[in-house]
Amino acid sequence: MIPAKFDYKPAQSKEEALSLLAEYGDEAKLLAGGHSLLPLMKLRLATPEVLIDIGAIEDLSYIQDKGDVIAIGALTKHRKVEQSDILKEHIPLLAHTASHVGDPQVRNRGTIGGSLCHGDPASDLPAAILATRATLVISGPSGERKVESDDFFTDFWETEVKEDELLTEILVPKYTGESWAYQKFNRRSQDWAIVGCALQAGDNPGIGMVNMGSTPVRSADAENALKSGGSPKEVGELADSGLTPPTDIHGNESYRRDLAKVLLQRALEN
Amino acid sequence: MSIVGTKVIRKEDPNLLTGRGQYVDDIQLTGMTHMAFVRSTEAHALIKGIDVSAALECEGVIGAWTAADLELPPLPEVPGLERPTLATDKVRFVGEAVAVIVAESKYAAADGTELVVVDYEPLEAVTNIEEATAEDAPLLFEELGSNTVAEVPSADDHQSVFDSAPHTEKIKLINNRCTAAPIETSACLADYGPAGLTIWASFQAPHHLRNRISAWLGIPQDQCRVITPDVGGGFGQKINFTPEFFLAPVLSKILNRPVKYSQTRSEAMTSMYHGRAQEQEVDIAFDNEGKIQALRVFASQDMGGYAIGTGMGMPVLTTAMSAGCYVIPNVSVAWRNVLTNTTPIAAYRGAGRPEATYLIERAMDHIAYKLEMDPTEVRRQNYIPKDDFPYATHSELAVYDSGNFEGALDELLEIMDYESIREEQVANQDMPEKPLIGVGFSSWLELAGFGPPGSLEGFGHLGSWESVQIRIQPDGSAIIYTGASPHGQGTVTTFAQIASEYLGIEYDKISVRHGDTATIPQGIGTMGSRQVAVGGEGVKNASIGIVQKAKSIAAHKLEANPEDIEVKDGSLFVKGSPSKSLSWAEVATFSFQRLELPEDMDPGSLDETILQEVPNFSFPSGAYACVIEIDKHTGDTRVRDIYLVDDCGTVINPLLAEGQVHGGVAQGIAQALYEEFSYDENGQPTTATFIDYLMPGAPDLPSYTSGRINTPNPNNSLGAKGIGESGSVGTPPAVINAVVDALRHLGVTHIDMPATPQKIWKILQGGTK
Repeated sequence: MIPAKFDYKPAQSKEEALSLLAEYGDEAKLLAGGHSLLPLMKLRLATPEVLIDIGAIEDLSYIQDKGDVIAIGALTKHRKVEQSDILKEHIPLLAHTASHVGDPQVRNRGTIGGSLCHGDPASDLPAAILATRATLVISGPSGERKVESDDFFTDFWETEVKEDELLTEILVPKYTGESWAYQKFNRRSQDWAIVGCALQAGDNPGIGMVNMGSTPVRSADAENALKSGGSPKEVGELADSGLTPPTDIHGNESYRRDLAKVLLQRALEN
Repeated sequence: MSIVGTKVIRKEDPNLLTGRGQYVDDIQLTGMTHMAFVRSTEAHALIKGIDVSAALECEGVIGAWTAADLELPPLPEVPGLERPTLATDKVRFVGEAVAVIVAESKYAAADGTELVVVDYEPLEAVTNIEEATAEDAPLLFEELGSNTVAEVPSADDHQSVFDSAPHTEKIKLINNRCTAAPIETSACLADYGPAGLTIWASFQAPHHLRNRISAWLGIPQDQCRVITPDVGGGFGQKINFTPEFFLAPVLSKILNRPVKYSQTRSEAMTSMYHGRAQEQEVDIAFDNEGKIQALRVFASQDMGGYAIGTGMGMPVLTTAMSAGCYVIPNVSVAWRNVLTNTTPIAAYRGAGRPEATYLIERAMDHIAYKLEMDPTEVRRQNYIPKDDFPYATHSELAVYDSGNFEGALDELLEIMDYESIREEQVANQDMPEKPLIGVGFSSWLELAGFGPPGSLEGFGHLGSWESVQIRIQPDGSAIIYTGASPHGQGTVTTFAQIASEYLGIEYDKISVRHGDTATIPQGIGTMGSRQVAVGGEGVKNASIGIVQKAKSIAAHKLEANPEDIEVKDGSLFVKGSPSKSLSWAEVATFSFQRLELPEDMDPGSLDETILQEVPNFSFPSGAYACVIEIDKHTGDTRVRDIYLVDDCGTVINPLLAEGQVHGGVAQGIAQALYEEFSYDENGQPTTATFIDYLMPGAPDLPSYTSGRINTPNPNNSLGAKGIGESGSVGTPPAVINAVVDALRHLGVTHIDMPATPQKIWKILQGGTK
């Protein structure tokens, strides 16, 4: 890897990270696990002047039962999410989806917060966060604010987290005993999904779609059909409704639309 | 027990597994500098100007050069079609080297390249054969007047046979462009001092590089040393010259400092040679029994932006091997080589023979479709009988030495349960949630063991032999020096096995040295599945020569006749009186002591050098079958099982032979289902990273079921044929035949490689067939 020149500033605490962000502003990028940012720097598609390394802030890595919700520190590694007994019991969709990210090496470095802040519509975890209707806690110079997952992903590779802010925590409602599924269609085991579909059943069921738009998206029409008792086939047929999937070398728009339907139907049937 | 034919653990592995391997990029020299390239972002453009001034201001940059600054001769390649070392007035593909930077660090070098401004005047690009051969097509070389740089028509198109045949078929095939993508990208380190040039290079043929680079630089060969340390894969990509190897010595001389180049993966994807990229028009005529009466092949080879030797040779090998395992009374072949504004094409594992196998094995299945015959039955109708060897084909290059093609198919049907696969196939068709099943066959035959005198000279090598020197050390251990410089094959292990077998010295006391032109005077290299069939034969013959002399020494000391001395378990003894014996160590010590030797022998004579020649190519063959599963709803296509029967003649080490097949099969499945290097209409690569170029990994591939038959190669005394390219030759048609077989009930007769899920989904939706 031969990136452009950058300064490296390790932060030991959330406060230090925020003060470094305040100091360097838009010249800086946060480095967590590095598995989204470093490939871009390698290709010199990203050339931040300063890297603020938050990877060592240990008190942002946790999974805690808070009663109605599970709180997950933003720097929790995918591997911990995948293996968490608390998540396996209360939000198994999230633990399972984390097991689909990349390969074991990636999961041992990459963090849930890093993945969400990258805002890649092709990533697995954003779909699960949308399906579970999680709340994201963002820290900034003037304290904390909470953003619903629906409002978090704002544009292609862009999120609600501002230049002087830091995602610190993800609050996910418990779905103990509810059914769920994650369907991922890809060519090679460690590829991004060509299309993916995260389903969380419950009173207010959620369906998060992967690679079906310029941001991670929910399939609202399918969710409504599911709420009103539609069959798997009927609900599946609405998987792509209102969505605008991309065309790329791995699949064109119509293929993605059809895959979305098949995957959602399978998610509902399994 | 014989050590040849046993699963000996690789001698190479302990070093590699403990991180003690040494690749070019591991080597550090005092005062070393780093070289990086400005590469063309245009597929076809005139260079109106290059401004390196900002790069020269960059911290750490030592110098920047363009073609005009250096005035170098072109690379030593095809006469009249040479490739410039740096682009001069024009660029011809994205990734072509335009300017070079040398800096104190690789980071500074990369920064420097970003500051070079190249003023391009874009020209219309031709990105495929059809565009390049169109009337009024833009020309890559105006002075040639055409993008077609070679064209060989057929002598006789056998039209009368086609006119009177009961059945004819016309098939158009595309052999998709792939890149070898070895784990170690290209690398070199040149140190050109007053005593001459030393160059460390990641390359398959160190002596070839030494011979050509010394001539190019105008220095004597004795002052030019090429070292190929551990090499992390080559697959044919690393037998071809690239500008980097020539610029590094030039700049090292100018700067009087060592210059290192270590290629990035991004550079490797567009600037290292690609493979395949051949289009074929195939006509077949056949009777009602499925017997093929005539085959007509027109192969169009995409050369990419520059014609180089191995690339030019691809359609020659394809058309030589087009008849495959079959008796075809009338064969007509023609070919052409066409330049396009894409990465240049060269040899890639199999090199021309996968393309031949693909066309004839797809043709066999087309006969099966037309006559509604079982594909195995069609093949049985056409096999060359096992007693008809040597067998002369339409091509003088391809005089098959041996084989048992029907025997390989029989063995294949032994290791798979063909009948139950067919039952499952039919049953699954009507069950919506069950996958479609397809089974495909490939009876393949390739041309290996390069080669008879003249064969490699045609590609610019000094000869077609391989060098082997065996020296017995005073303690009775042995060192083999060979020009057969490997890059992952396990040659150190197999050569030590052969030597152990014929020297009678234990395997653990034999070392194999390679990859340094200073210690190995001559050599050719590793390509064309030649290591065992040529170099291994040399090891055997050198061993036999040494044993003859050792017997004379032992006979002298034991007061016996040399003919009565036997060698066994590390000692030499008199036949019938095992107590009269000397250890190999004793004989070895005596061999250096004048007073212990017979009068007609000099000290140090247990030292044998052979430039081993072979009279013909060898012809490995086999029968493969692939079972495919297709998801009816998504088009997801996976290889469920693959069955592999190889005939590589004598096997030296079954573990290594199997490993060679596994790697080749992985590359074959990759070509058939996953990999394709593609360009947009402007010649911009669209698959230049491993995100878009789908090289599969171990989790994406099935387990393999292997069988074996053995018809020894009559052209060497080992009986070995070669195994390095078999998997990549035999696999693609087996996979595609299986994919089409799974979709036959929908009327499908062909699908181009790679058979992606989207293509198959479209068919399942009732789209194109």
